[in-house]
Amino acid sequence: MKSLEELKAIRDKAKNSVHVRQEGNDCIRVVVGMATCGIAAGARPVLNAFTEEVAKRNLNNVAVTQTGCIGICQYEPVVEIFTPDGQKTTYVKMTPEKAARVVADHLVNGNVVSEYTIGANAK
Amino acid sequence: MYRSHVLVCGGTGCTSSGSQQIINVLEEEIKKQGLDKEIKVIKTGCFGLCALGPIMIVYPEGSFYSRVKPDDIPEIVSEHLLKGRIVQRLLYQETVADDGVKSLNDTTFYKKQHRVALRNCGVINPENIDEYIAMDGYEALGKVLTEYTPEQVIQVIKDSGLRGRGGGGFPTGVKWGLARMNDADQKYVCCNADEGDPGAFMDRSILEGDPHAVLEAMAIAGYAIGATQGYIYVRAEYPIAVKRLEIAIKQAREYGLLGKNIFDSGFDFDIDLRLGAGAFVCGEETALMTSIEGHRGEPHPRPPYPAVKGLFQKPTILNNVETYANIPQIILKGADWFSSMGTEKSKGTKVFALGGKIHNTGLVEVPMGTTLREIIEEIGGGIPDGKKFKAAQTGGPSGGCIPAEHIDIPIDYDNLIAIGSMMGSGGLIVMDEDTCMVDIAKFFLEFTVDESCGKCTPCRVGTKRMLELLTKITHGTATMEDLDRLEELCYHVKANSLCGLGQTAPNPVLSTLRYFRDEYIAHVVDKKCPAGVCKALLSYEIDENKCKGCTLCARVCPAGAITGDVKNPHHIDKNKCIKCGACMEKCRFGAIEKK
Repeated sequence: MKSLEELKAIRDKAKNSVHVRQEGNDCIRVVVGMATCGIAAGARPVLNAFTEEVAKRNLNNVAVTQTGCIGICQYEPVVEIFTPDGQKTTYVKMTPEKAARVVADHLVNGNVVSEYTIGANAK
Repeated sequence: MYRSHVLVCGGTGCTSSGSQQIINVLEEEIKKQGLDKEIKVIKTGCFGLCALGPIMIVYPEGSFYSRVKPDDIPEIVSEHLLKGRIVQRLLYQETVADDGVKSLNDTTFYKKQHRVALRNCGVINPENIDEYIAMDGYEALGKVLTEYTPEQVIQVIKDSGLRGRGGGGFPTGVKWGLARMNDADQKYVCCNADEGDPGAFMDRSILEGDPHAVLEAMAIAGYAIGATQGYIYVRAEYPIAVKRLEIAIKQAREYGLLGKNIFDSGFDFDIDLRLGAGAFVCGEETALMTSIEGHRGEPHPRPPYPAVKGLFQKPTILNNVETYANIPQIILKGADWFSSMGTEKSKGTKVFALGGKIHNTGLVEVPMGTTLREIIEEIGGGIPDGKKFKAAQTGGPSGGCIPAEHIDIPIDYDNLIAIGSMMGSGGLIVMDEDTCMVDIAKFFLEFTVDESCGKCTPCRVGTKRMLELLTKITHGTATMEDLDRLEELCYHVKANSLCGLGQTAPNPVLSTLRYFRDEYIAHVVDKKCPAGVCKALLSYEIDENKCKGCTLCARVCPAGAITGDVKNPHHIDKNKCIKCGACMEKCRFGAIEKK
């Protein structure tokens, strides 16, 4: 170890691997419906796609978690995104491809992908 | 990236309740369900709530599962880790709120705690240096080596008010300053990890849960006093701690955080382990250093103090594990931050190992000045079975007891000494009304008689004689003169012993005499043990009016002391009775009495 910068580089890298454990941080939460209905409709690859995309882009402020059935089984796979300001967006009938776009547009740039939301699909 | 981390406690407490098996089953199950790329299993150090082990916590939800059994694992994996449905029935009940899961930090066990020395225990994987670095590890060492002079480091430690956590309470900064002032071609930094008090496991848990914190602090100490070599003297009976220290030292060397020219500052420092064979006296500083030198672990008189002539006759500082664990935080957050916690003369926090008659046995860290009542009733969850609090024993065989009348005293070094106990390294044994104080004093005396190294007469012979007198008292054969003689002997041993072991050995007797003299007198004069513990003073009798003659007691009596015909009252032969209490436990009519 030669300098504080070198230590900092290791720390920044290592932080990615432990930030999941910090409680009460103001993360964006990506919640994938992983009940039987969700899994049957293909939620598993969607969950994996979110995890991979988030990792690829080094998004330290995003936590990807799962949840049970929220009661709109016909729209599964359902993904809800909670931002620290308390906003909730519900995406429905998700696919891995759609997940990649949501990460790029919504999580990185802050633009909700309206065409995937429940509002657009319930019409 | 892993979307979820499952932390399983790998401290000694949970390991003995089977956490390694939990980890094995968990990893297998995760693989079976195809989640091994998403879920990471991490073995951590102690969470503190050893009573509820094996403990498991799942992030990012922060779900706290307690008393997990291998059979529960498939359910946790398929329900929680795959489908996101928290397994409610396994949650620690305190964390279950009406509106979902409460944070662990809001439970009564953790709410009043303030974790400084234990901050990484149960949070990081102690076998991975990167995780320690992620928690600002080695930042303090880097800061010290690149920005501070050794004198500045010592000043910060002095200003913080940190005092030795091994029990003595000597100001750490002053100790370092003395070692700095003594010029020598070689100096040493030693760490006392020879935790020997019965019921104490603070240092063990820190070494198991956060070994790098100790290494970092020792390197900082080395820089401050001008030493290049450190030794950690750790008990061989702590295999997990030894293993994690070995891994930690290896990793720190690989990263160049130990070794030559650390942070390009020209400072060299390395650390080696020395394993103690488990003699209590080796926790005494001079005996510890004699043992590191390869000799038989016996103490020698001070002065010269270690700061002048210590290990290999060179200036040496010796600090306890918990003391070191505070150092990096003090450097990073400042002396003012540290001294803002605690009481006027005792700053910071203290870790206690809660044991005995209490619900939440385990490890707690509270600011100095917290009262015993808060620790026992709130954090500890009170005494089981509705029993009454009688006393708490602090400081192990060197300490004394705190009776119920002092339960509201704010705990710090000076207050405890004022009431005849001592901080000690932090073992806190809670006793309820069923505990005989004479028996407790005898228990600790037996320990010191065993552990006395035998070098000086007052300790070797004095403690033995004290134990004989105590045995006489518990057998009901002592006189009031014996009681006076015991007390007088206590003061002699205290005043004349060579080292701390002998000087403090009479404390358990003196403090129980001070607060529970009536119990001693009951043993001596009335030949009674009020708590019903001392067997020689007990007798079991059957109440003829209550006995139905069911013969159950006669069948369980291992000594064949109970006779009687079916459906007629039975009788206990007092000469044959070994007072095991088996009959009383079995009697369904409450006919057997202990007198």
